[in-house]
Amino acid sequence: MEEFEIPKQPGSNYLNAEYGLKSWLLTKDHKRIALLYLGAISFFFFIGSLYAMAIRLELLTPQGDLMQSSTYNKTFTQHGIIMVFFFLIPSIPATLGNFLIPMMIGAKDLAFPRINLLSWYIYMIGGVITIYALLAGGVDTGWTFYVPYSTTFSNSYVIATGLGIFINGFSSILTGLNFIVTIHTMRAPGMTWFRMPLFVWAHYATSLIMILGTPVVAITILLVALERLAHIGIFDPAAGGDPVLFQHLFWFYSHPAVYIMVLPAMGVVSELIANFSRKNIFGYKFVAFSSLAIAVLGFLVWGHHLFVASQSVYAGMIFSFLSFTVAIPSAIKVFNWTATLYKGSISYDTPMLYGLGFIGLFTIGGLTGMFLASLATDVHLSDTYFVVAHFHYIMVGGTLLAYLGGLHYWWPKISGRMYPEGWGRFSALIVFVGFNLTFSPQFLLGYMGMPRRYHTYPAELVSWQVLHVLSTAGASILGVGLMIPLVYLAWSLRYGRIAEANPWHLPGLEWQTASPPPTENFLTTPIVTHEAYEFAPPEHKEVVGKFERQQPAET
Amino acid sequence: MPEGLAATHDHPSHPALQHHFENMEQQREAGTLGMWVFLVTEIMFFGGMFLAYTLYRFEYPAAFVSASNHLDIKLGAINTAVLIVSSFTMATAVYSTQVGRQRTTIICLILTMILGATFLGIKGIEYHDKYNDHLIPGQLIPSRPFAPEVAKPGDTDPHKLHLIEGATVQNVQLFYWIYFAMTGMHALHMIIGLGIMTVILIMAWRGKFSPEYHAPVEISGLYWHFVDIIWIFLFPLLYLLGRHLEGHG
Repeated sequence: MEEFEIPKQPGSNYLNAEYGLKSWLLTKDHKRIALLYLGAISFFFFIGSLYAMAIRLELLTPQGDLMQSSTYNKTFTQHGIIMVFFFLIPSIPATLGNFLIPMMIGAKDLAFPRINLLSWYIYMIGGVITIYALLAGGVDTGWTFYVPYSTTFSNSYVIATGLGIFINGFSSILTGLNFIVTIHTMRAPGMTWFRMPLFVWAHYATSLIMILGTPVVAITILLVALERLAHIGIFDPAAGGDPVLFQHLFWFYSHPAVYIMVLPAMGVVSELIANFSRKNIFGYKFVAFSSLAIAVLGFLVWGHHLFVASQSVYAGMIFSFLSFTVAIPSAIKVFNWTATLYKGSISYDTPMLYGLGFIGLFTIGGLTGMFLASLATDVHLSDTYFVVAHFHYIMVGGTLLAYLGGLHYWWPKISGRMYPEGWGRFSALIVFVGFNLTFSPQFLLGYMGMPRRYHTYPAELVSWQVLHVLSTAGASILGVGLMIPLVYLAWSLRYGRIAEANPWHLPGLEWQTASPPPTENFLTTPIVTHEAYEFAPPEHKEVVGKFERQQPAET
Repeated sequence: MPEGLAATHDHPSHPALQHHFENMEQQREAGTLGMWVFLVTEIMFFGGMFLAYTLYRFEYPAAFVSASNHLDIKLGAINTAVLIVSSFTMATAVYSTQVGRQRTTIICLILTMILGATFLGIKGIEYHDKYNDHLIPGQLIPSRPFAPEVAKPGDTDPHKLHLIEGATVQNVQLFYWIYFAMTGMHALHMIIGLGIMTVILIMAWRGKFSPEYHAPVEISGLYWHFVDIIWIFLFPLLYLLGRHLEGHG
């Protein structure tokens, strides 16, 4: 590999270029905006986790002894709304994506820095309105806002919450718009489409979903709010409206939204697997195009949420088939990551532990999705804990693990400090164990018939309670596992070892500049002459660092 | 778009060049693409309502024809013409900026804004007519709930609702709900467009634009044309389909 000239640590980086609250709140630097998002998202994640703990505590016993059913309805609704709209959807794109996409393609910033800042403010306004709705009395419709309950019967703060989500949607649209334009127009000389890191490809696909899907849910939620306000009847069967239309419109966004959550995670994992195996990714183009394929197919499968909602059985068959086809690009990714590991020089640093955890948990989450995409089994499993377990394997086991992995991996670049590796590995292990203990019993519960969104279950079913106790115990372990990184990452900001520019000794562009980077990322615009993940040929072994590149055995 | 290569040759730096772009061409390209992407988003936003329209039109064809026939086709047609002309003046404004004719740009922008305001004025008259006929759906205006007077056979009072066979007042309300949602959202976009035009006009007045720097006019033009095109779809869908059945009312 041609050696990039890594600039000597300049006196000024993006963190110390300016001081004061104003320099942060009015910043147009994508790296600072990423940190603003990081703070806000962590806050919402914390709130969402509190609701999760309340849910798990209530389900410890068969009786409803911690809260009444109406409180419980609000608890799971608010857990879902906060986690989906205010944590999972913006999590990786708005923080890691915001920070890294310009750096990975050799740009000084995103194409529209002011719109980037605007998107953070929109996110915050949406968040504040939602928090207001939660404090004022909460919302109990489930995060899916199904009509006619949400439009006619619910007595909770549906309009305020809907408004919060409506506004928040525009932050997601603007982020997607910014990424697409940046990736099209801001690549450094020599950075062709097929030299881009797969992280960037994944975010490109994510952005497509953001700009195509989000406006649909925006107008849908607006219609729900207006219907509630003015009793007009667009979704009200009593006035000739069709409640299933709502479900179609809602899932047209909200199923692709699952891919908004998991595609960036796949991008992170592609980086982790290739870089910590010190090998070029196996089948680069397949992994890149599978991201686009997931984005496209993701728009064609929403009907599998309506198998038991009066959808025609023929439509059901088509949606079922299309849902199975999404498994193909997903499987391509999993197989290619596995093939990348083969004969790689794998190092088990914390980010890689999260990356490997992702592969396993995502596979379980994906395969159990096949059960739900099959018409016959879905009738049995619909609205049970099997569904809950399935999507938590994708969202927590997938997105959250990748987010944590990515955060550790790029932490030296973001903060200029190393996190404590021993604690990192330890907590990764705790998270993995805690996660599995929380959600694997829920597959069994769902299979046995425990419905979701109920706060009680029959006391005579001892096996149900045993499984619920296991799940709650796992959630406690998971909670501890998530607290540890919070503490040591904060600790490392002050006491962590100073990070060098390229602590992992990797070829990616983001590592070819100081840690933390200067405000314009690079002192001079880089000229790219290599593909992503091109590790040094043998004669340059010394620059690869402590790991020697393994030559494939002659056969 | 140059494949993977942001052009690197040095131009003398234009005052409007933002720090993170290499040159004016890259900046213009980014801005234009950004607007196109935004318009795709807008299509999806309106798409939800077009879907609802399609669904209910199939479900309640008679009610939709009856309600559609009650709309004022003359005002709708005039408005369509107004918007098409405004697209022409907008296109002329973009062209004259590109070739550096500042005076023509300013005149065309003012004409575009006058036409846009005319459209909104006529729309306001139409809305007021609907208000008089008690056709505002639901309790959107709580003091004026949906309660149109239904014409008896033989009655030709144009302010009364003429239902063809199979239509119910309740389903007519669905049409008006979609009508107000779609045209209201469109009018909101027109108002935003007028705001954008005001900014562009001030910038043009101050001589900010030149053949080297005309991207803001071009990008605003894209937005203006888009809003026009939405109307080009709304007019036939809401006003024209089913007109030939008028005699049966």
